[in-house]
Amino acid sequence: MNWEMVIGLEIHVQLATRSKIFSGSEVAFGGSPNTRASAVDLAMPGMLPVLNEEVVRMGVLFGLGIDAEIGRTSVFDRKNYFYPDLPKGYQISQFEHPIVGNGEVTVVLADGTEKQIGITRAHLEEDAGKSLHEDFHGMSGIDLNRAGTPLLEIVSEPDIRSSEEAIAYLKYIHSLVTYLGISDGNMAEGSMRCDVNLSLRPHGTKEFGTRTEIKNVNSFRFVEKAIAVEYERQLDILEDGGSITQETRLYDADRNETRSMRSKEVANDYRYFPEPDLLPIVIDETFIQRIKDTMPELPRAKRDRFQSEYKLSNYDAAVLAANRTLADYFEGVAATCGDAKLAANWVSVELAALLNRHDVAIEYTPVSAEDLGALIARIKDDTISGKIAKDVFEAMWNGEGTADTIIDARGLRQMSDQGELETMVATVLADNPNQVAQYRAADETKQKKMLGFFVGQVMKASRGQANPGLVNKLLNQKLAG
Amino acid sequence: MHVHTIAGLLSGMAAGQFSSAEITSDYLQRIASQDQQLNSFITVTEELALTQARAADERRARGEGLKLDGIPLAHKDIFCTQGTKTSCGSRMLDNFIPPYDATVIKALNAAGSVCLGKTNMDEFAMGSSNENSYFGPVRNPWDTDCVPGGSSGGSAAAVAAGLAVAATGTDTGGSIRQPAAFCGLTGLKPTYGRVSRLGMVAFASSLDQGGPLTRTAEDAALLLEVIAGVDPADSTSADRPVPRYSEALAQSLAGLRIGLPQEFFGSGLDAGIGSVINAALKEFEALGAQLVEINLPHANLAIPAYYVIAPAEASTNLSRFDGVRYGYRCEDPTDLEDLYTRSREEGFGDEVKRRILVGTYALSAGYYDAYYRKAQQVRRLIQSDYLNAFKEVDVIMGPTTPNPAWAIGSKESDPVSVYLEDIYTLGVNLAGLPAISVPAGLSDRKPVGLQIIGQHFDESRLLSTAHQFQLATDWHTLTPPGFGGKS
Repeated sequence: MNWEMVIGLEIHVQLATRSKIFSGSEVAFGGSPNTRASAVDLAMPGMLPVLNEEVVRMGVLFGLGIDAEIGRTSVFDRKNYFYPDLPKGYQISQFEHPIVGNGEVTVVLADGTEKQIGITRAHLEEDAGKSLHEDFHGMSGIDLNRAGTPLLEIVSEPDIRSSEEAIAYLKYIHSLVTYLGISDGNMAEGSMRCDVNLSLRPHGTKEFGTRTEIKNVNSFRFVEKAIAVEYERQLDILEDGGSITQETRLYDADRNETRSMRSKEVANDYRYFPEPDLLPIVIDETFIQRIKDTMPELPRAKRDRFQSEYKLSNYDAAVLAANRTLADYFEGVAATCGDAKLAANWVSVELAALLNRHDVAIEYTPVSAEDLGALIARIKDDTISGKIAKDVFEAMWNGEGTADTIIDARGLRQMSDQGELETMVATVLADNPNQVAQYRAADETKQKKMLGFFVGQVMKASRGQANPGLVNKLLNQKLAG
Repeated sequence: MHVHTIAGLLSGMAAGQFSSAEITSDYLQRIASQDQQLNSFITVTEELALTQARAADERRARGEGLKLDGIPLAHKDIFCTQGTKTSCGSRMLDNFIPPYDATVIKALNAAGSVCLGKTNMDEFAMGSSNENSYFGPVRNPWDTDCVPGGSSGGSAAAVAAGLAVAATGTDTGGSIRQPAAFCGLTGLKPTYGRVSRLGMVAFASSLDQGGPLTRTAEDAALLLEVIAGVDPADSTSADRPVPRYSEALAQSLAGLRIGLPQEFFGSGLDAGIGSVINAALKEFEALGAQLVEINLPHANLAIPAYYVIAPAEASTNLSRFDGVRYGYRCEDPTDLEDLYTRSREEGFGDEVKRRILVGTYALSAGYYDAYYRKAQQVRRLIQSDYLNAFKEVDVIMGPTTPNPAWAIGSKESDPVSVYLEDIYTLGVNLAGLPAISVPAGLSDRKPVGLQIIGQHFDESRLLSTAHQFQLATDWHTLTPPGFGGKS
């Protein structure tokens, strides 16, 4: 049988507030255990939550970013379960009345096609702490630094049909939340975590198959792998005529497999009910308008603008627009050098390669957009060739100076002096009489191939500094002569 | 016989008749010599009290006296007190010393009051008799074989016996008013949101409210104007100005429209209490008020609605007591499950477990709509009954309790019969209204409380109404035989 995969994602995004969602404790990654946990975070007797207004602003901003309905009256609920890193014995979350209702995003796949993915809802909640199982002589340690960190949980419709779509969607959400400035999107530090709901059904059927939920997958690569192995697992069962058990599974990256969590850990009745310690959040038009006014240009709009304004391809535009810092960088380069296509090329190929090789995020690139723009300008005005420019760029990356200082220091300025080059060409032709004779005897196709030899010789003689365009032109003339 | 009041002590100290150190030692001595009969204190903070008293005397000597400077109070052991054990009447918190003060305590300390100690209570404020305390039952000074009421039973017994001039309490379903009624005191439950709940160990968050237990309405006004007000750390506290209640007590009763809910005077009301209340109502009439019969059609639903909502909230409020971070932890847990179950099994008493079970059940999948959601709907009906009534009357009056204080142990085997004793007080919490219980006389030598219910945030009217009644009567000056007067 031919099976279709159906995926829905629940993404937990850590909101980039300075303090926790219900207490004044600082939000920061790491720190000695329990140094960022106040009496509220420890759920000491009589302590009460107070909502951080910034969290509401961020929730609404996200809602506006996906054109969703904003919950005009949104309510916090208690989600009850016992766990040592959940100090109150309940998590304050939102159940019946989330802050963000129905929305939709459009993602671009590698082949340029677009895909709409619905978002069911997004709600605010607090994170739990951490249980530490090592170094405590058979006991567990509890670190509540993370307890009370604000999260936005974004629940998609089961609209995703492949792991490529899942990744594209995940990346879109990642770029959206970083664009909006509501999260640092740092997946390694857990700022974005993902639960994958996955099921299979025979192609062409409408009914969904039984799904499993893979919890807490925390990188793009792991999401891709988890989907692949879970797909295979379900496929094997179904092909053998078996049936899928609805359950929560864990993805084990070391073994690259998913496995069932003990039913005890998941068979919870959370007994949701409205949190009596907090008032409902009432959001009015003025509040929404104020947030709308601060809305930055979003990836989708930026991608469209890059296509129309800079004539970039859909895919190039999407890649550059996906990251706000990268997009701003690209625009800075384009403005300085005056050639958007070259700028796009350099940013998405040469710069990307170095960032990748040195594992540096665009935020920390050692070469500023203006400096890269100035380098590209030197290609355009024939000061250096594109090939030399790559060496110069590496030198810039290594902190040796700006394009101009490196070009001068290394004497890389391109030879464009006609007279000097003519002499050089004449010398090369004189030194290689056999090749000249062969060339002149050959047909046009062969000649084209043989020209490279002479160009190489001239470039060698000029220590790479000859203007290749000019060399080509002169060689054609002289050889024809 | 002389009865201490806050107002009386303040003027005595101002006139130099006695110092705070003197009266504080006096109260400490009375506690030492008499409380073994009552068991009203869990913790006596003698050293702290004397230090605070001397500091108050010094301030007064410098002419920097504070509003309640040197007034010795007792605090219900539900209010967190920095550095002093706060047990909430439970084994679970027998070892808990908070690193912070409740907002109520902070306000009273800032006003210069002296803390004599922490009073006994039903465990986690669950009870109407103070028999549910890990620290043993409290006895009613009017009849030491009887309960003092609850859950603020220790506070009520202590003030009635003259072991403190006034005390703090909390009221989730009547826990200030009912013990005030049983012990012959004035007990005020403020409007929900009037007093911060921060640092008050939570029982049922949407119903809990702190307030004073005092001899007089005037004293209640003096305390309320200190503890009332918005608290940025309690989102449910009301951001509205706090009137000077003690300066608004003179408001006359002439023309006051008093609503008498027929549902509060029907069968189930003890005849002795009925006649005391009727006499009190005649007094109000004589003072110029007008009696109006009203109806609260859903009054009989208050008990079932309350006993779903309060346990539901309690069941999750008490989840934090898990043996992990503070409080009671069982010996040698074998694993996490064992740590949870034995810590909670051994740390909580029967009534607390009963309510956790009821509340957990009411919130469970498949029962939520039938119980919790339905109870919230009933709650809105009860509230609208009251709001409708207030279109025609200024205050509502009736008995605080259907029966007088009962014998300790007599209802032990029938917890529901105890729940039914809260019939007149629960609806007020469900509706979030303020209400005060004032002494209205004796029936069979036991005090009877008159309940006055006001509109939201109309504590001024409640206090002035109670004060005018107390100017015309002397029920509030009666003291229990054997505990009267000053040693």
